[in-house]
Amino acid sequence: MYYNKKIETMEREELKKLQAERLKKTVERVYNNVPLYRERFDEYGIKPEHIKTVDDLKNLPFTYKTDLRDTYPYGLFAAPMDEVVRIHASSGTTGKQTVVGYTKNDIDVWAECVARGIVSVGGSDKDIVHVSYGYGLFTGGLGLHDGATKLGAAVVPVSTGNTARQINIFKDFGSTILCCTPSYAMYLAEAVKDSGISPDELKLRIGIFGAEPWTEEMRQEIEKGLGIKAYDIYGLSEVCGPGVACNCYMQNGLHVQEDHFIPEIIDPDTGEVLPEGESGELVFTCITKEALPLIRYRTRDISSLIYGKCECGRTTVRMTKPCGRTDDMLIIRGVNVFPSQVESVLLNIEGVSPHYHITVDRVNNLDTMEVAVEMSPSLFSDSVKVIQEKEKIIKQALLSTLNISVGVKLVGPKTISRSEGKANRVTDLRKNK
Amino acid sequence: MEIYQVSVFVENKSGKLADITDVLSENGINIRALCIADTADFGILRLIVEDPHKTEKILMENGFTVTLTKVIGARISDTPGGLSTVLRILSDAGISIEYLYAFIEKTADRASVILRVDDDVNAEKALTENDVELIDGDAFHE
Ligand SMILES: [Zn+2]
Repeated sequence: MYYNKKIETMEREELKKLQAERLKKTVERVYNNVPLYRERFDEYGIKPEHIKTVDDLKNLPFTYKTDLRDTYPYGLFAAPMDEVVRIHASSGTTGKQTVVGYTKNDIDVWAECVARGIVSVGGSDKDIVHVSYGYGLFTGGLGLHDGATKLGAAVVPVSTGNTARQINIFKDFGSTILCCTPSYAMYLAEAVKDSGISPDELKLRIGIFGAEPWTEEMRQEIEKGLGIKAYDIYGLSEVCGPGVACNCYMQNGLHVQEDHFIPEIIDPDTGEVLPEGESGELVFTCITKEALPLIRYRTRDISSLIYGKCECGRTTVRMTKPCGRTDDMLIIRGVNVFPSQVESVLLNIEGVSPHYHITVDRVNNLDTMEVAVEMSPSLFSDSVKVIQEKEKIIKQALLSTLNISVGVKLVGPKTISRSEGKANRVTDLRKNK
Repeated sequence: MEIYQVSVFVENKSGKLADITDVLSENGINIRALCIADTADFGILRLIVEDPHKTEKILMENGFTVTLTKVIGARISDTPGGLSTVLRILSDAGISIEYLYAFIEKTADRASVILRVDDDVNAEKALTENDVELIDGDAFHE
């Protein structure tokens, strides 16, 4: 089933023509309406008429999150305020928040993208869509709300919190599709179990989760706990919001709504566009947005693109589940390593606590990486040999996922900090050398 | 009564061993025998104490990783060849020893050895048949 079969199954050549037309218009629009873009294009010696095909995109300068902050709040808007009908904002953990705007048409396009996503995971206008994303400045709640409404499904705008009520609504209203963050879905699955309800008693069948990174292990846990199929939805407010890309029912990559957003994968250090299949930083260009059409926006998410036709029948490019942030990426002996990969390896080994600390160093001009893992009752034995065997299993699992050999150091239980973020997870001693 | 050894994980960092012995002394736990297995990156402290279950509980409450293991205690004469006799008996019975540690008892001419083997039942049988005196857990655990 498709929401927009013509677009979602369009041949590549035809799609590229459509994209080129829209790209040209967008470049004109930002050149004429946004001082920052005019200055930057002039600096690069680029005039809107130089952009003729999608391949010319690579000559345009990037847009960074800092550009949004520097022009706070409305400096990058390409539409007059009387055309803007909605404003969202993301709270930055550091510094100013980023403010994004939408025209009436932008809201319609966004809703269609979300509607396409819901249909591609098997939803329809018969579904009861339970939206437990936060409503407000955050794009999650209203994004899914508008998309499900456009589709014609029955929307239950529950928002986050009050878990007992969420479960009552599951039961009494017969919610069939749950939309929220994956961590909240884990929490709800736990709460359902604690309240003694079997997932069979609920009508839930599909979960659409996004707005934060999650692992394959979490997907399996959520699916089991709620008796559903769990799908990934991707998007960021700067580009649009959730729905820029979404899994289809094949669960193999996220289809990008390419008639509105052109994705590229670049080398985060050199800015070069990478060939199909290689992983690098995901960059988006909005080609239909009116209020905030960002050109080559650096998402800092790491992904790769798959152009082949999907088994679901869609021809739109698929992006792989983002596996980390460029900010978190470590380069060890030329290999890209993400702390989240280490966590996922540890989660997969029975009895190993997923808490870890990475120490990177350089010894004799060679990068070294050591992962500190907490000793746990199931890892411990009174035999040195048995513990060393288990250490070896962890090392092997890390090697096969990261493709580099790393040291493992066993440390005392509960000695590793529980807080999130690279600062607490990684010590890079190379910086002082 | 069987002898239970308390094994504690020791992170390879200075002061970690003292952290454990501090907890033991604060709780009035008397160590009857001990040995430390040491590798480049961690260690295992093995202890024979009066009340292994209580010791395990106290150490766990203080955040240590602990396990109890059944070991064998044997008396050997505190003279040259005393240990060899015991080892020969076990090797003749086809039993392998993971580790052992000896200590001297207060009563003059005898030493004792704590053995961790791969087959407790046959080790005890072989030693008894060859007139080696086994130590009862009551000697340590009260
Ligand atoms: Zn598909």
